[in-house]
Amino acid sequence: MKGALLILTFAGLLLAGPACPTGRAASWSGVDETVIEKFAEQAGRTAREPFINTDQGDLLLFVFLIAGIAGGFIAGYNFRVLFPPKRGVGDEKHV
Amino acid sequence: MDNIWTRKRYPGRFASVAAVLAGVLAPPSPAFAMHISEGILPASWAVLWYIVAIPFIALGLRELRRRNEAFPYFKPLVGLVGAAVFLISCMPIPVPTAGTCSHPAGTGLAAILIGPGLTVVVASIALTLQALFLAHGGLTTLGANIVSMGVAGAYVGYGAYWIIRRLGLPWVMAAFLAGLLSDWATYAMTSFELAAALHGSGSFSAMFSLILIAFVPTQLPLGILEGILCVGALKFVRSRKPELLRMAAAGGAA
Repeated sequence: MKGALLILTFAGLLLAGPACPTGRAASWSGVDETVIEKFAEQAGRTAREPFINTDQGDLLLFVFLIAGIAGGFIAGYNFRVLFPPKRGVGDEKHV
Repeated sequence: MDNIWTRKRYPGRFASVAAVLAGVLAPPSPAFAMHISEGILPASWAVLWYIVAIPFIALGLRELRRRNEAFPYFKPLVGLVGAAVFLISCMPIPVPTAGTCSHPAGTGLAAILIGPGLTVVVASIALTLQALFLAHGGLTTLGANIVSMGVAGAYVGYGAYWIIRRLGLPWVMAAFLAGLLSDWATYAMTSFELAAALHGSGSFSAMFSLILIAFVPTQLPLGILEGILCVGALKFVRSRKPELLRMAAAGGAA
């Protein structure tokens, strides 16, 4: 119950972020842009394109999706090895 | 009719599906990164941070070989923690107080579970993949990003946990501060790297303070969130498989 409340609070905070008045006014840029690149530009250094530039159109979304699936699969697979499901007395496989 | 996906009956399956879904859904937009981007550091500084990072990676690899032979569950634990660090450090979180996005690093939790040496290794792998394929960070700045997220995040988080536990204080406080301080240490180190490379003829300390202060509105709440995440994950491990923490203790902190 406590866990569910914590997850709901966390999800609520995330969803409230873009919806709040500050959020509408804000650009939601990453701190790489708002802090790192800002100070670098002031010092005369600008970020350049990555060597493998996947930041073109929706290509980056696709690459992130693949990375998310691969990372999620590896996490889930190892999670099952480390925390196998508990078998209860009422379970049909527990004979 | 039984629902095979109910958490009560099949908690492992539920968690696996949740992990895959989290992996797919967590990074909603790739544009919000926090690592130092390609080309920002001058070549001499980029090389220096590689030189600093390499011994830590070598130490971690040696530890991986040693502990893999000693503990049967070590490989899946490293796999799970590595995937978690990769996903967490890809995950932009909007911070309403600042109107910006940033992400936690997960290195404090990783350091408690697998030790700081191995955390440097998994963070290096995650950062390399992000620099190569996700336009996130950069290859020339990889050494600096490994030092800030991998080395500073892992060793500060691990150190905080170790000291607080040795003082006899509750594990919840130790885990929370490990997550919180590892996050803040990452950004403090990033500020140090930027100020050291870019202060020019100006004052290093003034530029360091300015960059650090600029991170505060975003990273202050995110550090707290990372502390809560660390407590939640550790609570789960303590209740479901405490022997993993004993295994971690043999190589380090818990």
